[in-house]
Amino acid sequence: MAEYLILIYEDEAAYASGEASSQAMKDHNEFGEANGAALKGGNALHPTSAATSIRGFGSDSFSVTDGPFAETKEALGGYYVVEAADLDEAISIAKQVPARHGGVEVRPIMVFD
Amino acid sequence: MGESLAAVSAAVADAHRREWGYVLAATVRVTRDIDVAEECVQEAYARALTAWTATGIPLNRGAWLTTVARRRALDLDRRESTWRRAMPLLVEADAHRLEEDPGETVARANDDTLLRDDRLRLVFTCCHPALARESQVALTLRLLCGLSTSEVARAFLVSEPTMAARITRAKKKISTARIPYRVPARDELPERVGGVLDVVHLLFTTGHAAPAGADLVRRDLVERALDLARILRALLPEDADVAGLLALILLTDSRRATRVSEDGRLLLLEQQDRRRWDRAAITEGLALVREALSRRPPGRYGLQAAIAAVHAEAPRWEDTDWRQIVALYDELGLAWPSPVVALNRAVAVGMAAGPLVGLEAIEAVAADARLESYGYLHSARADFLRRLGRVTEARESYEKALALTENEVEREFLAGRLGQLID
Repeated sequence: MAEYLILIYEDEAAYASGEASSQAMKDHNEFGEANGAALKGGNALHPTSAATSIRGFGSDSFSVTDGPFAETKEALGGYYVVEAADLDEAISIAKQVPARHGGVEVRPIMVFD
Repeated sequence: MGESLAAVSAAVADAHRREWGYVLAATVRVTRDIDVAEECVQEAYARALTAWTATGIPLNRGAWLTTVARRRALDLDRRESTWRRAMPLLVEADAHRLEEDPGETVARANDDTLLRDDRLRLVFTCCHPALARESQVALTLRLLCGLSTSEVARAFLVSEPTMAARITRAKKKISTARIPYRVPARDELPERVGGVLDVVHLLFTTGHAAPAGADLVRRDLVERALDLARILRALLPEDADVAGLLALILLTDSRRATRVSEDGRLLLLEQQDRRRWDRAAITEGLALVREALSRRPPGRYGLQAAIAAVHAEAPRWEDTDWRQIVALYDELGLAWPSPVVALNRAVAVGMAAGPLVGLEAIEAVAADARLESYGYLHSARADFLRRLGRVTEARESYEKALALTENEVEREFLAGRLGQLID
């Protein structure tokens, strides 16, 4: 078994209405119930308007700026950590994530032993 | 009983072409590490040269090579596990690892079902959708066909270090992302088979009409694609799409000898000497087309093969059943909507109903901006214009087509047509 991070990238504007947000809440609850055994964690993030980026590591001065690290149409909005036997299993779980306003990225989590 | 060195070399070369994928697939199951398996298989082929010279060429070369490669892998495993190094081992669904009994290794190597499954595992791993298409193609050539990195690099006109990096990256992703070494579940199978067929088809088209270079046809790539399609056919005999792709390759390639004249000029279908088409390939292809089309709705490759079959069955160019071809393109457009299919349909319409109707049909599909950079759009339009005597417009279209190909045989053909236009 291995752990994968499923990163959810979506168009934030799609969640402007309260209706869209409550639908998403319902969808994610259903996803959680259906995949409880594989889910090791996960969270929703506040929108990128709440993000702060810090650069300049290794140099003399940090630059702290308002906004997400990468400006993209679809922003990182949440994640799940899942346990799966292999990539095919992780993909089949990821396909069930209710990311109707964007998509997801599946990344294996590195193990240090 | 000794064998001549020449006979042994030929047998080893033949086994390299036919059996590499089989032997590697069976060995990967022991090592669960592609790099180590490749080394063991390489060594087995090297050993075959001396062993077969001394003791004779074995009846089942694949089984001999598999046994030697797997023994080598087990030796490595037993002596030290240094090869369990940087990368995690491949994930297997049904972890039937071989025990350390060489007797069983031999017995297993002769077990056809297991070998069949091993090769399918390797095919599906190489063509996994989580790998970039260019990596899928490179891995397929390298692991299933046994091409060296420099051969794969040459096939795709990139430098050897670039190709080596691409292959290494792909192998690393297989291992770190845990792309499983297994045959997909039944419900995923059609989609995954589709991905494998696309890889083989891409290899074939790249070889059939090389986008660049001195030769129109890259024989090496065409033959690898044919080998792979045959392997898939043997592994998935019930699959209509597999039958369709093999038929398409056989029927299209049956014309290979006649596509270029003795002095290297491009010959169109209407100029080709049909008596020199490969009859054996056509007979085999036609039977496969019938099989592929028995499934409803027919798939993309089956329909493309059916179109090639209409040409193959016409004794002369004038006998071509263009209405049948238009009808097949209509179906193909449903199975595989693509601007290129629409263009080919428009050309067939013109062949059935005359250049003016053809030109109108082409203008209708040329509205699709994706075709603007597609050379065949301009050469097809130029041909209808030429036949209508609209010389200035024809010239313009031939020039556009000329600017869009880097294949020297095609360039010469288009330049020739340009030169023949008379104001």
